[in-house]
Amino acid sequence: MNTVTCPECAAEMTLDAKVEVGEIIVCPDCGVDLEVISLNPAAVDLAPMEQEDWGE
Amino acid sequence: MADMPGSLKIGVLFSRLRVEEKWIFAALEKRGVSYERIDDRNISFDLENPNGWRRFSAVLERSISYNSGLNALRILNAFGVPTINSAAVAEVCGDKLATSVRLTALGIPQPHNIIAFSPESALEAIEQFGYPVVLKPVVGSWGRLLAKINDRDAAEAILEHKSTLGSVQHSVFYIQEFIEKPGRDIRAIVMGDRVLTAIYRKSEHWITNTARGGEGEICPITPEVEELCLRSAAAVGGGVLAVDLVEHPERGLLVNEINHTMEFHTAQPISGINIAEELVDYTIKAAQAHMLGLPSLEGVA
Repeated sequence: MNTVTCPECAAEMTLDAKVEVGEIIVCPDCGVDLEVISLNPAAVDLAPMEQEDWGE
Repeated sequence: MADMPGSLKIGVLFSRLRVEEKWIFAALEKRGVSYERIDDRNISFDLENPNGWRRFSAVLERSISYNSGLNALRILNAFGVPTINSAAVAEVCGDKLATSVRLTALGIPQPHNIIAFSPESALEAIEQFGYPVVLKPVVGSWGRLLAKINDRDAAEAILEHKSTLGSVQHSVFYIQEFIEKPGRDIRAIVMGDRVLTAIYRKSEHWITNTARGGEGEICPITPEVEELCLRSAAAVGGGVLAVDLVEHPERGLLVNEINHTMEFHTAQPISGINIAEELVDYTIKAAQAHMLGLPSLEGVA
């Protein structure tokens, strides 16, 4: 199962089948940005905070 | 084709898997090219041992961090690994002042900009120029930390905050005329000597960046748009670029900025052009040129 727990609010969520490592998802409960850090087993961590030099 | 994609190895340097990166990976897979995903948070470079990096025929740089991306490009180019874009192009495009100076040198139309290095001289320059003006950080994107300054009170407050709270780069005061644009600007995607597509980015807010909620609409590539985009792309060294234009009510089209790791999540679906595939094809051509000892493509070191 691709079920993960939000490290911020402990909400449980199921990852979409198409999700990839490195992708950012949003916790449906608390709205925090989460980064998918592995798929087998499925795991997420808080996404890095936006830095001043980020962009395109 | 002298060298089939199958014998190439493309590196994609990235920090965050945005939709553009997913499209790029899909395009690489469609072309049947061997590629490696390189997370810029997990790498280090030993300057005495470049050989590991030389396994790449070319590296496509998609870092979200300007500092990480630029420095990786510098090292890869020093190792002789071609990159899209080159470090030289990134140095100019990632810094608004460096871009403006390059455009100035070549007489390419751009908004009126004033540069100062202290809050006092910045305030004096703003007072002489007149309000409103826009203060922009020289490094930054997505419309972040832009300040529209309507009067002296705001100018004093913003300048003090920037000099007190900001990092050293915020003590380069990049002051730009405020342009009453028609609720939109133009983003054109340039690859080498082609303007691939252009979109209007529309917003009621004075910041029209789609990262700030601006919406896209197809923009016709007029001869004027094409000529200005190609000239400004060449001015920064060429390559794969997003040229942002603004329509000045009196002066017409001006070049506002040029992005070297462009996002195209709006331009691709609106234009119907698979920009990711075009980008991958450009990368493959650059890798092949390098392997065959041919001259580099535009914007590739």
